[in-house]
Amino acid sequence: MVVFPGSNCDRDIMDALREDLGQEVIELWHKDKDLSMFSTEDCIVLPGGFSYGDYLRCGAIARFSPMMQSVIEFAQRGGKVLGICNGFQILCESGLLPGVLLRNINMKFVCKNVYIKGENGVPLKIPIAHGEGRFYADSETLDELENNKQVIYRYCDADGKLTPVSNPNGAERNIAGICNASGNVFGMMPHPERACSQVLGNTDGRRLLNDLLLVKKEALVG
Amino acid sequence: MTYTVHINVMPLKELLDPQGKAVLSGLGNLGLNAVEDVRIGKHITLQINAGSEKEARQIAEEASRKLLANPVMEYFEISVKN
Repeated sequence: MVVFPGSNCDRDIMDALREDLGQEVIELWHKDKDLSMFSTEDCIVLPGGFSYGDYLRCGAIARFSPMMQSVIEFAQRGGKVLGICNGFQILCESGLLPGVLLRNINMKFVCKNVYIKGENGVPLKIPIAHGEGRFYADSETLDELENNKQVIYRYCDADGKLTPVSNPNGAERNIAGICNASGNVFGMMPHPERACSQVLGNTDGRRLLNDLLLVKKEALVG
Repeated sequence: MTYTVHINVMPLKELLDPQGKAVLSGLGNLGLNAVEDVRIGKHITLQINAGSEKEARQIAEEASRKLLANPVMEYFEISVKN
């Protein structure tokens, strides 16, 4: 798990992965670049927050940090990478995922529980907290994402229906999370790490992280 | 020689600009109803040490392409002054 200056969900994801999913977590610092202790079976997680103060554009500066150069190489070797919220923005800026996250359509920072679902899955209640989460790509790229089954999560209502009302930020085609064509780089705006513990009143995030980190893409999107 | 380079980074024309829309409604509240549209971007100035204006422009273009603007959502315009 990579910590950038301005990351603020790093503790949450570490706690969720360690305590709720029983995984070993190693903290990485943005100024380091050594990933030699990891194999492509491991997963690098980019946490949520406001890396480099969101200066210029969200994720734009983090993309050039020494650690991100190694993460990009790791991803190109087939290693698994998961970006949550600001981590998703960094993955888009670094070109590991297509598209971009624009300012929310209603101009508001939205912080609430929403429902999302995978292509074949049931609706999961997961919190979101972002001001720039409106996924955008040109229609050709969006078609390609859908045809390749790269859309991993969409905003829906509690019954799993994709409606405009259940889309909290104006994202194209209700997209909440995507993966790359080879299925090893994942990005999503919602925060599953905030919904992994009974104490927090919601464990839907545990199921989501379990699917993303421990199951292959084929099983996810069918 | 040091050149001052001015770069305007603007949201692509086909994209909705919520910030511009918010400001437009603020201007309407001020009674400035003649304003029909607002688009908000960034103005960036660079001081570039280069051998010629052409070289300064090339450096600014590279900076804009690689970092200052994201072509998925923005376009940029460059002007160079001595």
